[in-house]
Amino acid sequence: MKLEELRKIRERMGSELRLRGGKVRIRIVVGMGTSGIAAGAREVLRTFLEEIEKRKLNDVVVAQTGEKGFASKEPLVEIIEEDRSTVVYGNMTPEKARRVMVEHIVNGNVVGDYVVAIANPER
Amino acid sequence: MVQNLANSKLKERREKILRRYPPKRDSLLYILHDLQDLNPQNYLTSEDVKAVSEYLGISVGEVESVISFYSMFSRKPRGRYVIRFCSSPTCHLLEGPRVLEELKKLLGIEVGQTTGDGLFTLEMTSCLGACGVAPAMMINDEIYGNLTPFKVKEIIESYRKKGK
Amino acid sequence: MRLYRSHVLVGMDTFTLLAGARKVKEHLIRQIEKRGLSDEIKVLETGSLGITNRGVVLLIYPEGCYYVNVKPEDVPEIVEEHLLKGRTVQRLLFKGELERKAVALPESPLDVRRQSRVVLQNCGVIDPENIDEYIGRGGYEALERALFQMKPQEVIEQVKRSGLVGRGGAGFPTGLKWEISAKVASEEKYIICNADEGEPGTFKDRVIMEGDPHRVIEGMLLAGYAVGANKGFIYIRGEYALSIQRMEKAIKQAYEYNLLGSNILETNFSFDLEMRKGAGAYVCGEETALIESLEGKRGEPRNKPPYPGTCGLWGKPTVVNNVETLANIPSIIVKGADWFRSLGTKETPGTKLYTILGHVVNQGVIEVETGITLRKIIFDYGGGMKNGREFKAALVGGAAGCFLGKDMLDVKMDYTTLKSYKAVLGSGAVLVMDTSTCIVDMLRCILDFFKRESCGKCVPCRMGTDRLYRLIVDISSGKGTKDHPKLMLELAQMMNKASFCPLGQSVLLPLSSAFKYFEDEVMEHILDKRCPAGVCKMGEK
Repeated sequence: MKLEELRKIRERMGSELRLRGGKVRIRIVVGMGTSGIAAGAREVLRTFLEEIEKRKLNDVVVAQTGEKGFASKEPLVEIIEEDRSTVVYGNMTPEKARRVMVEHIVNGNVVGDYVVAIANPER
Repeated sequence: MVQNLANSKLKERREKILRRYPPKRDSLLYILHDLQDLNPQNYLTSEDVKAVSEYLGISVGEVESVISFYSMFSRKPRGRYVIRFCSSPTCHLLEGPRVLEELKKLLGIEVGQTTGDGLFTLEMTSCLGACGVAPAMMINDEIYGNLTPFKVKEIIESYRKKGK
Repeated sequence: MRLYRSHVLVGMDTFTLLAGARKVKEHLIRQIEKRGLSDEIKVLETGSLGITNRGVVLLIYPEGCYYVNVKPEDVPEIVEEHLLKGRTVQRLLFKGELERKAVALPESPLDVRRQSRVVLQNCGVIDPENIDEYIGRGGYEALERALFQMKPQEVIEQVKRSGLVGRGGAGFPTGLKWEISAKVASEEKYIICNADEGEPGTFKDRVIMEGDPHRVIEGMLLAGYAVGANKGFIYIRGEYALSIQRMEKAIKQAYEYNLLGSNILETNFSFDLEMRKGAGAYVCGEETALIESLEGKRGEPRNKPPYPGTCGLWGKPTVVNNVETLANIPSIIVKGADWFRSLGTKETPGTKLYTILGHVVNQGVIEVETGITLRKIIFDYGGGMKNGREFKAALVGGAAGCFLGKDMLDVKMDYTTLKSYKAVLGSGAVLVMDTSTCIVDMLRCILDFFKRESCGKCVPCRMGTDRLYRLIVDISSGKGTKDHPKLMLELAQMMNKASFCPLGQSVLLPLSSAFKYFEDEVMEHILDKRCPAGVCKMGEK
């Protein structure tokens, strides 16, 4: 790879990560480090994928990330939306994921009971 | 006849693993890991040891001494699922011993033993690095955390179902 | 500490004050009191909430709703509808874009921005299995800078000037380590990343490898370029299945982009990187034992000197660096030594990863500037003690670490300060214990660990660890005598002097510190045959 190519990727990804002007409305990011997985993140991730498939939501994507450092609150799920604060849900389970799906992703209401932080980390 | 067929198949797979790595001494740990993973009983057989020693050009004794040094290797047959229960100070502090007792009761075995059906072997490990979700254990490559007596029961049952 | 159901934050800045923020706050408090919700809802004053020219701004948690242009007369409606019935007041809701980042839950230890994240800046943010995301966040920029604008010696100088010391536990200056190997004339040199993180209570390196594997690769590339090495190994402990999987994938991607291999980015620099996995041996975290293991042998430590810097892997100059250390390098190259020195203390600049564990509300890993006190770690970041119990002790640095009592809460947790108290920071593990903990029982667990993990090469450690375990079992089962503590300390002191490697040498640390801070408790086990915490089963073995 040439230096210019590396720089091009950097430029392209820089804007993509900010989730601006794309087709994606919501990014669901599941923490998939060892702590997350040990606390059941795989099942949570699977539930989100199934629900999206079932509802045929084309503008919602599920992504994975590493550990944030808050092991006690794992599995952690972050909901990133354009123009809204990022919501972090903690101690998730498949049941909770289904509720977040209905109330937050589909109807746009934050599920207060599961929120552990509301922030706009760095994206 | 069936036995012979199985043996030759095993030999073939062993050869394939060996050839994946250059015949150099520093490939040893990798080869041992792979051979052990190949065995449904999670251990290294005498045939394995012999084959490795020939492939790398080192003595059988050398291979044995390496195997005996590392806690993840075994020369004795083990269960299909090797449970490594974490005994670190963190897990110890956060109710690890209580969960371990429940686990022993569930499996009907002590640490170091294998269940009669050949499904589980229970081992202790020094620290799994999953302290943030202590107490924790590992079953083959999968880690389980925030264990409670109830949760352990669910996990073991799911493996029993899978193992049938 | 009281737990509130909701928090109402009132933004106080020039604009909102002019718009009557104080009045709104007073009304809020009055209305909440009137409805008897004072125990459930907390009103807090905060700085600017990042919305200007919209009158008084409120932020309500846990929902995270912003209300703007709030007038005193709106307050009853907000309290009635939102706080009592849980329905948002649509007409006041703020729907635009925030000018600056929103705040997290008030006093929330989960707020990343209260930390100084350098090494962990991408962890929990990017997809670790996608190299493009790392590049998009400035990844491989340091490599670019080094290859095209810096001579190897300049890279070493920059790391030296930064004052970075090894984060594995020993605290040796990284730049100096590199310089030693760089100066040796040799065709072959090696960079080893020590990812055999086995110290009980430590998982910081795992978080880095799983969350941001390319940062480790970039650090190794920079080390290779600086030292003149073209080959690197990353040795990961066998139990870290996910780290192994993620690192393998990352290495493959880096090769595909020619960020590893020959003529990287079309320069003359070539660097190959291989993975090696351990097989369950704590002692392999010691660098010479690790090298033995990498060569395919029993992981028994070697005699030092010669040190690996001049004579390491296959007798060649070898730099062995910890994961966290290497993960610091890219930022040092991009942002400079002065920037790094501006963080943390003068003696050990930069940040440090601490794992907070045990009887705290929030267990996890944090990255903060060096020089933080134990109290801050536990109460600010750990969220305080769990179940409202009292702090008793912290085991700092893992099993080979020290027990620290209450009077050490305000001591700075860095390499130099702790050394002056004859304690160690080690891997940065902080295991917090409350008053329900029995120190003798914890010692028993720790000594059992040492007994199991002693590699058996040298007699003091092989025999000593076993002997110590038997003695502590005596104490914890009510069979201890007055001479037991003295005997154990003598034995540990002898092991400290005579053992071959740090494993046997460091048993003294937990033992002597436990006996120092909790002598009364130990003696109660011995003299009264009683475990004050009610943990040890006296009379059993």
